[in-house]
Amino acid sequence: MTCEELLKALNDYVDGAQLTEICEEFSEHLAGCNPCQVVVDNIRQTISLYRAGKPYEMPQGFQERLQSALQARWEQKFGRSDGQSENRFSANETGSSK
Amino acid sequence: MESQTLEKPTDLDLLRLAKTGDFSAFQQLMRELQPRVYGLAFRILRQAQDAEDATQQAFLALIEHIEDFREESSVATWVMKIASNHALKILRKKRGLRMVSMSEMSSGDSYVDMPHPEFIAPWSEPPDEIAQRAEVQQEIDNALLELDEKYRLVFVLRDVEGLSVRETAEVMELTESTVKVRLLRARLALRERLTKKFGDSSQVMIPDHKHS
Repeated sequence: MTCEELLKALNDYVDGAQLTEICEEFSEHLAGCNPCQVVVDNIRQTISLYRAGKPYEMPQGFQERLQSALQARWEQKFGRSDGQSENRFSANETGSSK
Repeated sequence: MESQTLEKPTDLDLLRLAKTGDFSAFQQLMRELQPRVYGLAFRILRQAQDAEDATQQAFLALIEHIEDFREESSVATWVMKIASNHALKILRKKRGLRMVSMSEMSSGDSYVDMPHPEFIAPWSEPPDEIAQRAEVQQEIDNALLELDEKYRLVFVLRDVEGLSVRETAEVMELTESTVKVRLLRARLALRERLTKKFGDSSQVMIPDHKHS
């Protein structure tokens, strides 16, 4: 197994492929290679770090600008934006009431 | 005030209500998803004004196409795909001809000369704890924002936003295998840089073998 093949297998493994689906040679290698296991852990930690990060702060006033643009478009499409819509949806769409 | 007795509606509940014209449900859904949509746009475009435009266009498109949601994926995935498309559209427009490198095969799109991991060490803190530390946030952001664009985009879509490899390939107009190669390069580059920062230097490992 070349280093490129090993890294390719390692990438699939990080993506959730089961060891049995990849290849026996990789599974055997990983079992006996502590640095490779740490590389896999490091990559997973790297991904988790970005997923766990705080959201970016949005520009000032953006919320209001977005809100009014969307409301205008909504009124164009649905003719209104005042809270509840007509009641006809409650029976079929949500399936909640009978 | 939120009602204490009602369970929080899911994204799907809100979307179903919004489809019937309920603007308040749409607003609530938007509030849930807006930080993610803006974050995605910022990571793709690296600039607040462009990220704002992409976010607004994505939500306008969401209103436009709200009937088209077929519940085949989660609401969040659907919205993130729409947001990715709009952010990439702005990026392509800005780049004009220079954008060819984003979708065309180029060097780096094969496994040849894949950089080998050099600094290998277990991290000294779990990532969710590191993520809460304000003083390292800028460095973590910079590591991603400074990554070569073609690697950054697949990493953001696949690993940060959780689109599948296939969805990432569709949005990026790439083959799945190119997505995988670029993803590997992105992951190795970020791993290297962040492990130098967060790895436990007393436990550095040297592979005891050379691969051919």
